[in-house]
Amino acid sequence: MKETQTIQNNTKTTETTERISGSEAVIKCLLAEGVDILYGYPGGAIMPVYDELYKYQDKIHHVLTRHEQGATHSAQGYARISGKVGVCMATSGPGATNLITGIADAQIDSTPMVCITGQVGSHLLGSDAFQETDIVGISTPVTKWNCQVTKASQIPEAFAKAFYIARSGRPGPVLIDITKDAQFEEFDFKYEKCKGIRSYKPVPDTDENSLKAAAELINNAKKPLVVWGQGVILGKAEEEFKAIIEKAGIPSAWTILGASAIPTSHPLNVGMVGMHGNYAPNVLTNDCDVLIAIGMRFDDRVTGNLETYAKQAKIIHFDIDPAEIDKNVKTDVAVLGNAKVSLKSLLPLLHENSHNDWHQKFKDLYKIEYEKVIKDDLHPTKEGLTMAEVLKEINIQTKGDAAIVSDVGQHQMIACRYAEFNKTKSNITSGGLGTMGFALPAAIGAKMAAPDREVVMIAGDGGYQMTIQELGTIFQQKVPVKIVVLNNEFLGMVRQWQQLFFDKRYASTEMTNPDFVAIAKGYSIEAKKVTERKDLKAAVKEMIDCEGPYFLEVRVEKEGNVFPMIPTGASVSDIRLD
Amino acid sequence: MENEIKQFTISIYTENNIGLLNRISAIFQRRHMNIESLNTSPSEIDGVSRFTIVVNITESQMKKIQGQIEKQVEVIKAYYHTEEEIIYQESCIFKMRSNLLFDERQIQNIIKESNARIVTVNRDFFVIEKSGRKEEIDLLHRELTVFGIMQFTRSGRIAVTKDEMKISTMLLALEQ
Repeated sequence: MKETQTIQNNTKTTETTERISGSEAVIKCLLAEGVDILYGYPGGAIMPVYDELYKYQDKIHHVLTRHEQGATHSAQGYARISGKVGVCMATSGPGATNLITGIADAQIDSTPMVCITGQVGSHLLGSDAFQETDIVGISTPVTKWNCQVTKASQIPEAFAKAFYIARSGRPGPVLIDITKDAQFEEFDFKYEKCKGIRSYKPVPDTDENSLKAAAELINNAKKPLVVWGQGVILGKAEEEFKAIIEKAGIPSAWTILGASAIPTSHPLNVGMVGMHGNYAPNVLTNDCDVLIAIGMRFDDRVTGNLETYAKQAKIIHFDIDPAEIDKNVKTDVAVLGNAKVSLKSLLPLLHENSHNDWHQKFKDLYKIEYEKVIKDDLHPTKEGLTMAEVLKEINIQTKGDAAIVSDVGQHQMIACRYAEFNKTKSNITSGGLGTMGFALPAAIGAKMAAPDREVVMIAGDGGYQMTIQELGTIFQQKVPVKIVVLNNEFLGMVRQWQQLFFDKRYASTEMTNPDFVAIAKGYSIEAKKVTERKDLKAAVKEMIDCEGPYFLEVRVEKEGNVFPMIPTGASVSDIRLD
Repeated sequence: MENEIKQFTISIYTENNIGLLNRISAIFQRRHMNIESLNTSPSEIDGVSRFTIVVNITESQMKKIQGQIEKQVEVIKAYYHTEEEIIYQESCIFKMRSNLLFDERQIQNIIKESNARIVTVNRDFFVIEKSGRKEEIDLLHRELTVFGIMQFTRSGRIAVTKDEMKISTMLLALEQ
C-alpha cells in the first residue's frame, strides 16, 4: 500500500534540446502536459506568449474570455467536468489580480488549475512599474504553490512542478509568474515531466491497522451513516465507493461537492447534508452510531454547531489530506490515503449487511420533508413559479444526464437538492467560497471540456449579472451552453435571511433588472422568457432541443424561501422545515 | 490539557525557497496567532533550511498548525516541542555610553555575573553581547535599564531538541 516516490532527477528526458524563446517554451510545456484549451486575456506583460500562441493555434485553443475572472472560472469548469488540469492566463497587474477570486475558489474546492501571469521585466521588479503587482505575494494564501520565473531556463521546471502539484494529492491551483524578459530570452529547451518533489508527499500511506479499526466499527454498527464529499470524485473512487456502501448496506448522504458521485436514484443515496440539505440525513447525523466521512472536510455549512454534531457517534474519517483530520471534528479512526485505494482495501474487510430498520427511519423522515417542503416545491398549487419546478422540468427533458452548473444562492441550493444526476462530475458549483458569478464562465469551460454532454447553467438574477459579460465568449466561441436564469428580482438568499433574521429589512437586496432576453439576443443567443407555469414545459424543451446556446429566463416567485434550513449556530438535528 | 495555552517551539525543515517565509507566516496570521519569535537558518543538512518559531497557543491549535505547515509543498517536516524538550538560546546586544563603565562600578559586576561579554569599546559607547535563556536576558535588560540603554536588540530563539529528529533518515528514504 506504500506510495513510492521518485525524485525528479531520475526521470528521463523526452525531447532533445532546442534553442527557443521563453515564451515558446511556455507553449511547449503546455503541449507536453496535454493542454488543448486555455482561457485567458492578453496584455502588455504577457504579449510574447500570446505571440507564440498565434503560431501554435492549430495545436492549442486559446479562449478569449471577457474578464480574467471568467478565465479562471472557465478553467475550473473545464477541470471539474473532465478531471484534468484547467489552465488560464493573464497579464500582469490588474490582469493578475482579477484571477484571485477564481484561484481562491479553486483552492477551497480543491480544483486543479494552473494560472500563468505575465510580469514586468525583471529589472523593473519592485519599482512600481506600469502594471506591476506582487502577484506571487498576493496569491500565496490562496494557491497550493506558486513561483516567479525571471529566467527562461527556469520555465520548464516551473511548469513541470506546477502541473504535478496542481493535479497530485489533494488538487489545487498553482500560479507561475513570468517576467517579460524571461519570455523573450532564448535558451536550450528540454522538458522533463515532474515525477516527485522531495519535500512533498501528495498521497499519505494508508495504514492497514486503521483500515481494520474502521472495518470493525462499521461491521459492529447498528446505525451507520456515510457522508461523502468530493474526495470520492477527485479520487476517481466512485465504483469502489458504491461497492462499499452496497456491501455494508449503509445509508449515504453527500456534501454539495460530493453530489453525483453515485446516481441520485441509488437506493442508498439519502440526500444532501448541511444547511439546506435533506431532513433525514441531517436529523439522523445526531442519531447514527458510526459516522463514516469519506473525502469531505466537515465544513461549517455541513456540521452546523460543532458542539452538538454527531456527539453520540464514533467518527471514521477517510481523507487524502492529513491536515483535515481532527481539524473540525475529532475522529476515532482516521484512514489516510487516496479514496480509491483505501476503499478498495476496505471492501474485503466488511461484512454484508442491510440495516433495514435504520433505513426505515430515513424513509419516515423523507415523508415528513416531502409533505412539508418537497411537495410544494415540485408541485406547487400557488400561482408563482417555484425554482424547484424548473429543475424538475430540466430533469425530465435531460433525463438526468445533464451536467448542472449552478451559481451561488437560493437557486444553487434548489439545484443541488432537486437536480437528478446519473453521471459523476455532473454537479459543478462553487461550494467552499460561494462565488457569485461562477456559473456562466464555469459552464463555458465545462461544455468545452465535454462537448458531448448537455451542460445547463442555472443562476439567479444577481450572480448572472456578476459575469454576464461572458455571453460575449459564448457568442464568439459558439459554445452551446444552456443558460437558465431564475429571476426573482432579489438577491434571494440574503433576502431570505433578512426575512428570517433581520425582521424583513430588505437592505439592498431588491434588484431592478434589465431586459435579459434583449441582452442575450444582442449576442445572437436564442432567448425566451417564461412567466407562467403553462409555458414552462415547452420552453425547457425548446432550450434542450436547441443546438446552439440558449438563454431561458424564468420569472419565479419573488419571496420564495429555501427549506429545510439549519440556522447559523444551530445543531444539524434542529433543522427547520418552515 | 489540550486547551491550556502553552509555549511551543516549532522546528520546520524546508527547501530553501523565496516565498516560503510568507506562506508560513500567513498560516499564523490567518488564525490571528502572534509569533513570539522567528528565526531562519541553514540546518544540519546541506541545502535544507530550518525555521524556529515560538508561539503561545493550545496544543490542539498547535497540532492543526503543524498539519497546515506540513501541507506546504516545500516543507519537509514540522515538529513542535515544549520548553522541557529542547535546549535553546537567545542572543541580545546592548549599546551603552562609555562613561558609564567608569562612573557606574556596578555595571562591570553585572556584566561579569551575567556572563555577558563586551564586544567593543570606544570613546563614546560600548557594546555588550549576551546569549542565554529568555529569563537571563530579561534580567540583564532590567538591570541595565536603570543606567540608560542607547540601543537594545534581541534575536529570535534558536533551539535543538533533546530527542533525535530523524530528519536525515527521512530525507534519505525520500531520495531513494
